[in-house]
Amino acid sequence: MPKGKAKEVARAETSSLALQLSKKRRITGDAIFANLNRASGIAVIALLIAMIWFVLSEATPSLRHYGIFSFFHTRWAPSEASLASSSPNPYGIVQFIYGTAIVSIIAMVISVPVGVGVALFISEVCPKKLKKTLTTLTELLAAVPSVVYGFWGIAVLVPALRPAAGFMENTLAKIPGVGGFFEGPFFGFSILAASVVLSIMVLPTVIAISREVFSTVPRDHREAAIALGGTRWEVIRTAVLPYSRSGVVGASFLGLGRALGETIAVTMVIGNSVLGISWSILGQGATLASVIANEFTEANQPFHIESLFVAGFALMILTLVVNVIARVIVARMGAATGRAS
Amino acid sequence: MKRVSVDAVSAYFGAHKAVEDVSMVIEPARVTALIGPSGCGKSTLIRTINRLHEVVPGARIEGTVHLDEIDIYGESIDPVLVRRQIGMVFQRPNPFPTMSIYDNVASGLRLNRVKNKDTLDSAVERSLKLAGLWDEVSSRLNNPGGGLSGGQQQRLCIARAIAVEPAVLLMDEPCSALDPISTLKIEDLIHELKERYTIVIVTHNMQQAARVSDVTAFFTIAGAGEPGRLIEMDETSKIFTNPGDERTEAYVTGRFG
Repeated sequence: MPKGKAKEVARAETSSLALQLSKKRRITGDAIFANLNRASGIAVIALLIAMIWFVLSEATPSLRHYGIFSFFHTRWAPSEASLASSSPNPYGIVQFIYGTAIVSIIAMVISVPVGVGVALFISEVCPKKLKKTLTTLTELLAAVPSVVYGFWGIAVLVPALRPAAGFMENTLAKIPGVGGFFEGPFFGFSILAASVVLSIMVLPTVIAISREVFSTVPRDHREAAIALGGTRWEVIRTAVLPYSRSGVVGASFLGLGRALGETIAVTMVIGNSVLGISWSILGQGATLASVIANEFTEANQPFHIESLFVAGFALMILTLVVNVIARVIVARMGAATGRAS
Repeated sequence: MKRVSVDAVSAYFGAHKAVEDVSMVIEPARVTALIGPSGCGKSTLIRTINRLHEVVPGARIEGTVHLDEIDIYGESIDPVLVRRQIGMVFQRPNPFPTMSIYDNVASGLRLNRVKNKDTLDSAVERSLKLAGLWDEVSSRLNNPGGGLSGGQQQRLCIARAIAVEPAVLLMDEPCSALDPISTLKIEDLIHELKERYTIVIVTHNMQQAARVSDVTAFFTIAGAGEPGRLIEMDETSKIFTNPGDERTEAYVTGRFG
């Protein structure tokens, strides 16, 4: 081979290798994929901002007219509103914030222990054959439309709660300090009824996530407890629960997130009393979500609909705060137990 | 200290037979090493001694195991109480991650309903000293056990296992996840512990078996899917210098496995 030709071949080889390693080879497919992902990511953020913007802008006329701080009282009386006067503000929302909080808290107090118990039963105790059926059944609970829960609340739960309410009136109401929370009379449609309906509705969330968390407990930890001579309950207590703590807290807060925003079922059984706070859980109340659902279609007073948007905005802020707190707690607990959450 | 007699034990996972017809006597105050290639059933066998094998779904055994004269698979025997007599150290260090160093060591005692603070304190100190960890952790007993190094975690697990003063201590490849220095420390520890406990150690490190054990049992499998069998068991020095079976010789001289 002549010298010149050999050089040419060598050059051709290097250039084809350069071609093989060239950035351009990879670029088109990757670029499309990367941009698609980026766009989706931005879309999510944009949607959230647009949503907040929308609610806030719809609420603005009312906020302007009355001033932000004038909403912080406990009386909601649209019929007293007039275009001319801006004081007093007839649209107080504190009773709705309280209603949302108390209903959600009672719902969590009921559903977290029950949900964790069910999840423990499914993951630790029940025979394998039953496991699948039970899991599916608990997931089906989540598939029941909330309006059906509302009907069930009206038809079954409210009458069924009457004896329990009577018991509370006669015993718990007499405890000094906290007695006020259980004072009669029982209205049927009540904060208590809404809380119980809600607790059933958040149960599937709590069960599903807790079950998932329990199944991630490493076999090593379980076997350590078994080998030390732990009974089933002791294994759960020493190995399963401590390892799952942050996950169970996360599950609870996700359930709480759902509870805060739940609308129809709550509206159907809470009684929709908007004129003040009922400290007794046997009394009637309203939540931020229920007042919106209840009045939106007939909001014909001045600044009525705009003030409902104020309630909506408050609900958004509330859920946002709860979610942030949840994340902080979960992250902190995760760090303490040395596992990523 | 108690003698462990394994009698015609076969162990199954569902339909798969992992160990076939093993009989052996494990003497007290000695270290017995179980060696053999991967999958030969040595870990499965050690887990039949504290009835841990059966906690795996579908797992069961045939044959029986005696702790001195008691049949631990007997009708009236509670496996939970068997495990309180037989401590175990696992392949990967597994301290309870949310518990402090103190609580980890005390966990076995607490399962045994020991509540007295002084008893717990002295048991924790004694066990940590015995495990050679006391000097390193005595000033931070309330820190989480998960914050220790791998070797320290394994010694913490040993302390946890011996805190309940078991009759027998089982160790399932206790050094396989550790660096050489930590391994050495654990081996020294085994030498000290054998005066107090009947020790069974599974290892696939032959040098380790030669260093720490008095008696060695060699297991192997005839092929994939076959059950593991005990080939021979003898004084460690004899197994490594003059074994009775040519498969043992092939393994200890490094010709297979």
